[in-house]
Amino acid sequence: MNIVALVKYVPDAQADRGFRADNTLDREAVDGLLSELDEYAVEQALQVVDKAGDGKITVLTVGPEAATDAIRKALQMGADEGVHVVDDAIHGSDALATSLVLAKALEKLEYDLVITGMASTDAVMSVVPAMLSERLGLPQATLASELTVENGTVRVRRDGDASSEIIEAPLPALVSVTDQTGEARYPSFKGIMAAKKKPVQTWSLADLGVSPDEVGLAAASTAVETVTARPARQAGQVITDEGDGGVKLVEFLAGAKLV
Amino acid sequence: MSQILVLVDHVDGAVRKTTAELLTIARRLGEPAAVFIGKGFDNAASTLGEFGAGVAYKVEGEGLEDYLVAPKAEALAAVVEQAGTPGAILIPSSPEGKEIAARLAVKLSSGVITDAVDVQPGDGGPVATQSAFASAYTVTGKVTKGIPIITVKPNAATPEPVGGAQPEAVTVAATPSEAAKAARIVERRPKEKTGRPDLSEAAIVVSGGRGTNGDFTAVEALADALGAAVGASRAAVDAGWYPHSNQVGQTGKQVSPQLYIAAGISGAIQHRAGMQTSKTIVAVNKDGEAPIFELADYGVVGDLFKVLPQATEEILKRKG
Repeated sequence: MNIVALVKYVPDAQADRGFRADNTLDREAVDGLLSELDEYAVEQALQVVDKAGDGKITVLTVGPEAATDAIRKALQMGADEGVHVVDDAIHGSDALATSLVLAKALEKLEYDLVITGMASTDAVMSVVPAMLSERLGLPQATLASELTVENGTVRVRRDGDASSEIIEAPLPALVSVTDQTGEARYPSFKGIMAAKKKPVQTWSLADLGVSPDEVGLAAASTAVETVTARPARQAGQVITDEGDGGVKLVEFLAGAKLV
Repeated sequence: MSQILVLVDHVDGAVRKTTAELLTIARRLGEPAAVFIGKGFDNAASTLGEFGAGVAYKVEGEGLEDYLVAPKAEALAAVVEQAGTPGAILIPSSPEGKEIAARLAVKLSSGVITDAVDVQPGDGGPVATQSAFASAYTVTGKVTKGIPIITVKPNAATPEPVGGAQPEAVTVAATPSEAAKAARIVERRPKEKTGRPDLSEAAIVVSGGRGTNGDFTAVEALADALGAAVGASRAAVDAGWYPHSNQVGQTGKQVSPQLYIAAGISGAIQHRAGMQTSKTIVAVNKDGEAPIFELADYGVVGDLFKVLPQATEEILKRKG
């Protein structure tokens, strides 16, 4: 069972994130890390390989030099090797270009299953998995809250508003997993030591046969026009309940014509 | 004026409110044309006309409902081809809608913008407004390549009926390709119906968090008195107290109702990302230091099991 887990290096969502002068995400002002939502993808990859009894997990990322930290974290959790696509021309790429680069990298790798997180914690578009499925002609079993692989078939539970759907697809397939799949493990001390010796390959756009004109800010199919910091919400009136807090709350709502 | 395609969100022809919102937005941008995929067109037609769709592309095909996302993206691509070059394609920003948009963007080599909270006409194409970084920023942007594909969040516009006639129906044939049929829906487990409004569309949301200790009775009672939807924080969902489909936050639903009441929710960034664009925010929490009070328009420091029932009673009394 060979699995490629896709991960993204993102600015820490707990910090004050912002934009650069070219309206792209400022990746320097804030410490980066492995996107929390991709930890679930790595965790599920580990569980699928555990159940299968054997297999290899390759962690793939596209991002700046520092993105190797995200790969390293996944290797510490237990993944086997890493591939880091890094190229200055990639800066400012939109989802279409990012999915192109990832698809070209996946074409060079052997896999039965591609696992991604449900969204990145920075752009939060949640479109790259479906784009990859479209580009590679892979069955798409996305937004899984539960995932099992048996007899060459992947089976997932996808929770919607009206119903939960059970979806089956033959391997090779692409799956994205939600935070409902179960908590991701912390790297053990042994895992951290072992990760230092695990191989990480670095690929450039040329290695993938992607022209620099096809990616980056200049090739983007969308353009940001304005970026405005939202004025911080002002704290309003706070009262302490002295037995009439519920009534006072309704008086506030009535005053604001909300009841 | 060019056609603006609107992908209709419906269950067997029962059209959801988001479709009326998208058609209202489409009227600003050009001539609205509805794209109806699946069964039940006859039930939907009059609503589509009422909100201004002059044309309705109707895609009926065997098994469109039996597979995940890919066949719908193919069907929408077939409509785009038949429609010529539409001015834009508006799609509801649901998980499925965003995935349809993603696949369509690859098929058409067109740019895609997701989660728009507003769309206005602009020079050289529609301008979409989005919230970024847990709503700390407002970003406007446009698609610069191909046909603009924009997914639009619920409540991005107030639906305005124009009382139009039934739209002209144009049938488009679409049979899912073998590749699109690879991911098959083998079972559907319907969720229990609560009779409450849909969380993403509701005008009022009452949410409970860790402070409920798993008892949502007071939260649900207040919600019902207000005709509100019920939400839950990630902590409450992770504890198994409330279904994930009710989770408000970064990995749940992002809501922006007229009124959001947070009960027993501390207000971590994960939760704020899902609710801080609400018009009015009210918080009830035992801990006066909870960060939720920093964004609340009105806060009550107190026990939610005392404050909420009293508020519920007061509302019912006022309603008579």
